[in-house]
Amino acid sequence: MQFSELWLRSFVSPALDSDALGHLLTMAGLEVEEQGGVAAVFSKVVVAQIVEAEKHPNADKLRVCKVDAGLGELLQIVCGAPNAAAGIKIPCALVGADLAGFGIKAAKLRGVESFGMLCSAKELGTSDESSGLLVLAEDAPIGMDVREYLSLDDTLFTIKLTPNRADCLSLTGIAREVAALTASPLTLPACEPVAATHADARAIVLDAPEACPRYSGRIIRGVDAKAPTPEWMKQRLARSGIRSISALVDVTNYVMLELGQPLHAFDNAKLNGSIHVRLPNAGEQVLLLNGQTITPAADTLLIADETRALALAGVMGGEDSGITLDTTDLFLESAFFAPDAIAGRARAYGFSSDASYRFERGVDFALAGQAMERATRLILDICGGSAGPVQEALAADKLPARAPIRLRAARVRRVLGIALTADCVAEMFERLNLSVARDGEDFVVTPPSYRFDLEIEEDLIEEIARLHGYDNIPSVAPRGQISMLPRPEDKRDTMFIRRLVAGREYQEVINFAFVEEAWEKDFCGNLDPVRLANPIASQMSVMRSSLIGGLVANVVTNRKRQTNRVRVFEIGRCFARDPAGKPVDGFHQPVRIAALAAGFARPEQWAEASRNVDFFDVKADLEALLFPRVAEFERAAHPALHPGRSARVLLDGRAIGFIGELHPVWVQRYELGTAPVVFEIELEALLDTVTPAYREVSRFPAVTRDLALVVDQGAAAGVLLKGLLDVAPAIVQRIELFDQYQGKGIEPNRKSLAFRVVMQETQRTLEDAEVDAAMAALTRHAEENLDAKLRA
Amino acid sequence: MDQLDQLVAEAGADFAAAADGAALESAKARYFGKGGSLTELLKGLGKLDPEARKTVGAEINKAKAAIEALLTARRDALQQAALEAQLAAEALDVTLPGRGAGIGGLHPVVRTLERVEQLFRSIGFDVAEGPEIETDFYNFTALNTPANHPARSMHDTFYLENGDGVMLRTHTSPVQIRAMQAHVEAYKDRETMPELRVIAPGRVYRVDSDATHSPMFHQIEGVWIGESVSFADLKGVVADFLRSFFESDDLQVRFRPSFFPFTEPSAEIDVAFMSGALKGRWLEIAGCGMMHPNVLRFGGIDPERYTGFAFGMGPDRLTMLRYGVNDLRLFFEGDLRFLGQFR
Repeated sequence: MQFSELWLRSFVSPALDSDALGHLLTMAGLEVEEQGGVAAVFSKVVVAQIVEAEKHPNADKLRVCKVDAGLGELLQIVCGAPNAAAGIKIPCALVGADLAGFGIKAAKLRGVESFGMLCSAKELGTSDESSGLLVLAEDAPIGMDVREYLSLDDTLFTIKLTPNRADCLSLTGIAREVAALTASPLTLPACEPVAATHADARAIVLDAPEACPRYSGRIIRGVDAKAPTPEWMKQRLARSGIRSISALVDVTNYVMLELGQPLHAFDNAKLNGSIHVRLPNAGEQVLLLNGQTITPAADTLLIADETRALALAGVMGGEDSGITLDTTDLFLESAFFAPDAIAGRARAYGFSSDASYRFERGVDFALAGQAMERATRLILDICGGSAGPVQEALAADKLPARAPIRLRAARVRRVLGIALTADCVAEMFERLNLSVARDGEDFVVTPPSYRFDLEIEEDLIEEIARLHGYDNIPSVAPRGQISMLPRPEDKRDTMFIRRLVAGREYQEVINFAFVEEAWEKDFCGNLDPVRLANPIASQMSVMRSSLIGGLVANVVTNRKRQTNRVRVFEIGRCFARDPAGKPVDGFHQPVRIAALAAGFARPEQWAEASRNVDFFDVKADLEALLFPRVAEFERAAHPALHPGRSARVLLDGRAIGFIGELHPVWVQRYELGTAPVVFEIELEALLDTVTPAYREVSRFPAVTRDLALVVDQGAAAGVLLKGLLDVAPAIVQRIELFDQYQGKGIEPNRKSLAFRVVMQETQRTLEDAEVDAAMAALTRHAEENLDAKLRA
Repeated sequence: MDQLDQLVAEAGADFAAAADGAALESAKARYFGKGGSLTELLKGLGKLDPEARKTVGAEINKAKAAIEALLTARRDALQQAALEAQLAAEALDVTLPGRGAGIGGLHPVVRTLERVEQLFRSIGFDVAEGPEIETDFYNFTALNTPANHPARSMHDTFYLENGDGVMLRTHTSPVQIRAMQAHVEAYKDRETMPELRVIAPGRVYRVDSDATHSPMFHQIEGVWIGESVSFADLKGVVADFLRSFFESDDLQVRFRPSFFPFTEPSAEIDVAFMSGALKGRWLEIAGCGMMHPNVLRFGGIDPERYTGFAFGMGPDRLTMLRYGVNDLRLFFEGDLRFLGQFR
């Protein structure tokens, strides 16, 4: 909502300068987004008339003008504007004028003396128009200061209105607000009834009274649609950002801005019989003013005559029933359409209008009559004609109810945390023009017809807070019930995990959750991802089901920026359709953690040869994250990963994710240079840990024996180790794999795995016999059940 | 007994001439070994008469002690020299860089989230989260924003294909409802429900993309519900938080009336710094208000018995202001040169 301060001050003029007024509005919830003068700062620019304009003797594009600036003698001024012509009135900067810091002096231009400057709108800072002189009205008084003549000592306010304050979508509304905030007197525009001078009228039928409970219409005959719009009106419209179109259209816009009532003018000659406010018939079409033909949905309210639909009620008029410059008789509409009947309709058809914007937020339902009279008066004054009687169709019981609201003083105290006296509250309500009855400690408040936002007690409390001033409510250190938050020792929080991963040299990234569809196919084998209905771009059209694609893209981005060693991780949600998904039915939305390492295993340094990161480097990182819990890794295929170098990660037998080297096909396609190693794990699995439990530390010596087993080259060491642990006697404290060997002494296609077995008792020194027995048991089990042979 | 003195002097010279342990041992043998000078002298004692044997023996033993002392001193000196030589040989260039893995880091916005969480935890707030694919009910309806409410046009929403109106949440406010429902459920058997104090950081989504808007960004929702929670408390908590977060006691904080369907009264929170590039400018930083009775009801809480406040702020913006980052898009590009600055 944009408006001129001078216009506002014609209704209410508190003793505040422009800045203070802006601050007042902002701090009352009418946020001033922009505030600035309507023109540049300048002085000594007056209305003048070009009396004579001759071609400059020495320059094709210049003219030498004789100008009457009301000084008694004509000024000679050289001017380059193409529209400089004898007879027009223009702004003239006199010698000594200051145009936004640019001083005007007597000068010689190409040998001809010049005493001043004729100005364009851009030079005055009133618009960007610089193609020629600003031509003033023929009746502009010569010699008058242009600032005064054009009312340039004015400020434009642009207010960002919240959806609840539709009542402030007019100068009247803002003026009411300013008056309430400052307790200043308010003078609203007169809307005296205009007496009918003919009897022609159209019957009005409310076929959908819930949607339109009030509709006024009036025929105005014999108007001159070509009459010029008065300058003052054009100026106010312009300062509200509305272009002048024609006098009749301008009047409807003007009244909408002034009072807040959208109006519509039909060409009366194009209407047939009575007016119906109704819902559409099947298949009915309307050609709108914007050239769009629509087939209105069943819940779109129409204005129709007896033969056809004319307009979308409260949204936009029809192309073939609207006024033109040839219109002589018009039918003027001033109606109340219920917000629910208008809301969302314009948006559904892909446009918006000033009328729908207001109606869907709520227009004063008592205003239609006044606006009709106000518009009639202005039309008669500007375009002539004669007004007929106002026909009003009313379904009073369908008008919005303004039910009394009970306000309890104690509730105000409780919600705002301040104590206000009853008189103070009463005075605020009076300023807000709310009708109030006292009932003991309580107030019973009935809001006016223009306030759609006052329905419950809290709404009134907000009004009290606004008028009291949010600044005047103290900031209090709150008192709360104090009790400790649970911190289970066997749970770690996500921040702790982040620190752990970062401590292993991974940088956290945050990637978009919507990704390219190709990533889902490449890295997840997912041909049916969760798709967005309205993606912002095709490369952000589906929801990721894995974090890997984003991390790979991070490698690509950083390689482009000459960083080839990339170690990144992300913690974020992934998305998949899942009939059993919770908490939103049908969607599985787990939080995962994924990390990727590419390039050298260590930062380049002086002491050791650099090598690329490999599976086991990253596996160690993952094991460290899981510690003290121990995961199992089993070879498994994953669309993103090298089939021979990828593993499913299991914790307590439950699959929690994957680890592996990126598939060489993707390394090549995404131009990654070397193969990154990635893992992706359910975050939940990392959050569970164990509360430590004490085990007695033995004071007796440990016995260590080695066990070398020869197995098939393809055998999994982890399976062998687990097999050994499964049958290890109680004295075995741990078994560690410490060597893998292939080559001389071992058959081809076989390998030797060497395990160190540590045995100990807490209560005594072990005897050789039991150690030997334990080793024999392990060996026997390995040979009999685990396809292994004791190495010779 | 000049002969003995001379022997001691000779031994001293011999030992001093020994450049290492082996040379010293062979020098020692010349005196103490089989046929060594002292050994021979001691053997010669047997030929003397007992009286003379006593005095001469004493003299010889004195000389022997002196030579042993010289030997020990030389041995110590050689050991010391050898140690010093070894230490000198082992000296490192201590200015060479340390070897091994480097250190990663948190994302700058997460760093902010962590600080925000710590500050709010310090006054008893728990941290909650919610789904990012959200239903119309939680994202809008339960937040007092029914269909066709004009406030819905303030949120340009991403919808899912074939999703029956399911959307990407446009704010973290749905977590208010989920947290209330969970709280009510947890304490349904109690006479009184303890206060609910919770913050909910997370990612949110809106159809918007330019230098100051990202289609995915972060919010932190906060809620405090209890039997006596007021707007004055809200002002106190939020101002305390902002001053703590920016570590600036003179940070200006103002609350200005605004509108959100889910709070009443509602406020926008602006801050102004007293120094730095943004000095004196009011910067919009959060929205807040007293929880609307309808929202409390949707959460299963009786608005007559309990009141609450809620706030929502943008950690991306907090991060930008805190560290002077001037382009929101940097947060989501994954450029390690940028992200590495916040370790």
